[in-house]
Amino acid sequence: MGRPGLAVMDGHGCGFAGELMRRALLIAIPYVWLLALFLVPFFIVLKISLSDVELAIPPYTPTLDLSQGWAGITDFFSQLDFENFVWLTEDDLYWKAYLSSVKIALISTVLTLLVGYPIAYGMARAPTEWRPTLMMLVILPFWTSFLIRVYAWMGILSNEGYLNQILLWLGIISTPLTILNTNTAVYIGIVYTYLPFMILPIYSSLERMDESLIEAAEDLGCSRLKAFWLVTIPLSRPGIIAGCFLVMIPVIGEFVIPSLLGGSGTLMIGKVLWEEFFSNRDWPVASAVAVVLLLILVIPIVLFQRNQQKQTEAGQ
Amino acid sequence: MNRLSWFNTVSLTLGFAFLYIPMVILIIYSFNESKLVTVWAGFSTKWYGELAQNEAFLNAAWVTIRVAVFSSTLATILGTAAAYVLVRGGRFFGRTLFSGMIYAPLVMPEVITGLSLLLLFIGIGLDRGILTIVLAHTTFSMCFVSVVVSSRLVTFDKSLEEAALDLGCSPAQAFRLVTLPIIAPAVISGWLLAFTLSLDDLVIASFTSGPSATTLPIKIFSAVRLGVSPEINALSTIMIAVVTVGVIAASLVTKRAMVRQKQDELAAARTE
Repeated sequence: MGRPGLAVMDGHGCGFAGELMRRALLIAIPYVWLLALFLVPFFIVLKISLSDVELAIPPYTPTLDLSQGWAGITDFFSQLDFENFVWLTEDDLYWKAYLSSVKIALISTVLTLLVGYPIAYGMARAPTEWRPTLMMLVILPFWTSFLIRVYAWMGILSNEGYLNQILLWLGIISTPLTILNTNTAVYIGIVYTYLPFMILPIYSSLERMDESLIEAAEDLGCSRLKAFWLVTIPLSRPGIIAGCFLVMIPVIGEFVIPSLLGGSGTLMIGKVLWEEFFSNRDWPVASAVAVVLLLILVIPIVLFQRNQQKQTEAGQ
Repeated sequence: MNRLSWFNTVSLTLGFAFLYIPMVILIIYSFNESKLVTVWAGFSTKWYGELAQNEAFLNAAWVTIRVAVFSSTLATILGTAAAYVLVRGGRFFGRTLFSGMIYAPLVMPEVITGLSLLLLFIGIGLDRGILTIVLAHTTFSMCFVSVVVSSRLVTFDKSLEEAALDLGCSPAQAFRLVTLPIIAPAVISGWLLAFTLSLDDLVIASFTSGPSATTLPIKIFSAVRLGVSPEINALSTIMIAVVTVGVIAASLVTKRAMVRQKQDELAAARTE
């Protein structure tokens, strides 16, 4: 599509206009698809978050009535208000859920980094012929159903679960530990399921690293640990940043892990939104919860995109 | 210094043990005779037999596979077009918005995507069923396809396309004869990624499905909420086995394709 030579188009009988048409179409189809099914839905969420709940189908009011012309439109806008957002600030549940989601996301991102970095580092230091296999071993769980991987931990962490059985048998504990349905289980579940997202970007930045840099640092008198801290860590920073964003952003809105591994004390906003929608059938409040969640996520999402763009440009 | 230090060996061993032991336990206990999942009572395949009798699970599996095939195929076409436009399309009106809409769904919480799509479908009066799930899955997985394909597009030599154009190909021919074969491995892995994303998805499918169409993850989720069951273990084992075979086969195929491509490029360079 890049540079249509004139000779080309004469030879094939398709004129410049046809060429332009084709280019426009190629751009327009994915563009319009994303506009219609990604961007427009957000405005609908925004609109419903400003509406009132109603016992009707659809269960909110006002609805836009275009048949009344301009009067219908002004009438519609005059009925929108910020009531639901005021409600979010008045009820403790919501802001506590936002805070606790952010807290859980931050702690589990750090935990995932601490678990993932040594694995990525080990992979990058492994003999070259092992690397594709190791890579495959990290990717494989990522392709396996998320739900199943979370479910696997339910059997391990429950009171009669395998972990308690082993610990009791070893005599480390005398009564079973309660892990399932606590925040600890949520942290374990998050680290486990999001680990590949942390390992892969860090591995790819470590793999590209020139090992002679470490040798140079050591020749210049750095200890191994100091060389690691002063050379390896800064060079793998793009990978660390990408990995942390890839874990943190989706975890803030996580639903499956808190609802299967967490308990009644685990407050996460994804679960609140789900219950508001499916159990309470309060669509306007659910939409308001989504709008605020999105506002919280805008900053990390924009930062993530910048990071990715910088990476791709560096790659080019 | 390509020898692993003890630290690296230990971290790799522990790391992979952490990743794999839960799944190995799950698989072992799917062959457990007992209804109690945590007590071993001898080897048996009876849970697989019961699974084969379970009408509801089989129906859900069929719905899930159809949704995955349709949505991943659509997503591959749209995602490849989007990648091509982003990498080779040059400047056009609203390019920043376009690339934003490609990257944002990758990290968007599923509850938001699900809720917003549901409200759209209700707004335009579309009945919820297989069609709405396909539309929803296509939308988020086309972004993943586009990222995979564009990473291949940026690395390959643009002059190959230009040579084809100079030799009298129309842009469409150049795409079909030169670009597509080169990016084919990325397109295939994009399709596979979209396919598994669709198979996996619980949250978006829960929002966008209606009573007429229940997918397997929705079914599994409602069963799992009641606790661990050997039947679900058996189902999980089958799914893990399918994915493992699929991923290994796909990687072997793409590896062979890449080796062949390299040989072709070398041969071409020699004849020049």
